[in-house]
Amino acid sequence: MSAKKLAMGALAGVLMLSLAACGSGTTGSTSGSGDTIKIGIKFDQPGLGLKQGDTYTGMDVDVAKYVADKLGYSESQIEWTQAPSGQRESLIENGQVTYIVGTYSITDKRKEKVSFAGPYFIAGQDLLVRADDTSITGVDALSGKKLCSVTGSTSAQNVKDKVPDVNLQEFGTYSECVAALAAGSIDALTTDDTILAGYAAQEQYKGKLKVVGNTFSTENYGIGLKKGDTELCTKITTAITEMISDGSWQTFVTNNLGPAGFTPGAGNPPTPAACS
Amino acid sequence: MGEILANYDFVGAFWLTIQLSVLGTIGSLLLGTIVAVLRVAPVPVLRAMGTGYVNTIRNTPLTLLMVFSILGLTYILGLQISDNAKTNAFWWAVIMLSLYHATYVCEALRSGVNTIPPGQAEAARSIGLTFGQSLREVLLPQAFRGSIAPLGSAIIALIKNSTVAAMIGVTEAAGLMSEVVENETGTLGVFFIFAVGFLIMTFPLGVAVTWMSERLAVKR
Repeated sequence: MSAKKLAMGALAGVLMLSLAACGSGTTGSTSGSGDTIKIGIKFDQPGLGLKQGDTYTGMDVDVAKYVADKLGYSESQIEWTQAPSGQRESLIENGQVTYIVGTYSITDKRKEKVSFAGPYFIAGQDLLVRADDTSITGVDALSGKKLCSVTGSTSAQNVKDKVPDVNLQEFGTYSECVAALAAGSIDALTTDDTILAGYAAQEQYKGKLKVVGNTFSTENYGIGLKKGDTELCTKITTAITEMISDGSWQTFVTNNLGPAGFTPGAGNPPTPAACS
Repeated sequence: MGEILANYDFVGAFWLTIQLSVLGTIGSLLLGTIVAVLRVAPVPVLRAMGTGYVNTIRNTPLTLLMVFSILGLTYILGLQISDNAKTNAFWWAVIMLSLYHATYVCEALRSGVNTIPPGQAEAARSIGLTFGQSLREVLLPQAFRGSIAPLGSAIIALIKNSTVAAMIGVTEAAGLMSEVVENETGTLGVFFIFAVGFLIMTFPLGVAVTWMSERLAVKR
């Protein structure tokens, strides 16, 4: 009896260990031999950074690969790490990733903790509506409409400031908002236009949803890296400049966000700022 | 850390958590008692209903129930409690917390009923009390007194589980935390503030429950 109990306890322990291993976030296919580079991306943003099985797709992924290539790392040397919005600063500060390309807006508050190379893309907060909806043309047409965003996100806070009487439904992720929007029970979804375009370009929503194209904020997407690492910052900035001038930038945007009929807003392609 | 405390509405967020918890506790105690009565009822159909309810709801993740209430019931089936998205989400959160924690309340009460010697139920019936009367006068009062400790655990779990309501847009404590983390980045201080906030709510409750369970225990 007690031997059985012991075995059960051991089994529970093994299970917990294996779960912990799942959480470590590395792909496991590459052994860390010092020749690899760890890059943080989003795993759950269609069109930007999406993990499906062992393949990674999206504009941010393409940008990250391009930059890694310029730094001297081939695609097989990249270890992708999930970088959810709330953990990005810690991942960089603790050295768990070399840099992050993950819808990472350059803000003064974040600059206190990390350095940025870029911007490599200028996004803006916009609205996603059903393709046949002509009543919503911009943020001013939102009063009385039902809007959706993610709990606590910058987009949700921003729209509450701009339209105080907005009827805002918040969810844990954008996928739930998109589902409710497609079902016809929510009128619009708001966040960065890049994220919206990524959802609109998804196979199951193709032709059903559209990005309004009337942005009401400016988000400068940068590549986050360790604070004060000017050497790496300069290298990445050079890579971004090359990426824009040799046409790769346009290819990445068209391939990943184009299918929904999305064109980048004013100011694109941007000129990366100098590293300080 | 002081700056963060001054810039965000912590009182409002925790007040919403308290509202969710109190309403959820009332709902789950009422429903849980009803289900517990079903589970000890002499009629097999009623017992099966009670067992079915507990096994279905208790084995479904609360996150799933919460998201289902808004995405499934409100936005796909059109069961709206209020036209205002915030109010609607709040009341669905109260309902789902009540439904979910009613199963734990039920099982706590049922274990309380099982502490009562079977002779008491037989004695109650033999002096002519109906099933309802023997429940009300003999079994349930003793069951509640005997299950205060597990009931307290169920309520403490409910208070902490109210954070799941942030998933559907109720701006209680966890909702505010995701806002603070988004704006100020996740520092240890932020998590500490919220942990202390919950400790203030749950710790005194735990002490009170322990004290009451000793004082009110049925001495046999």
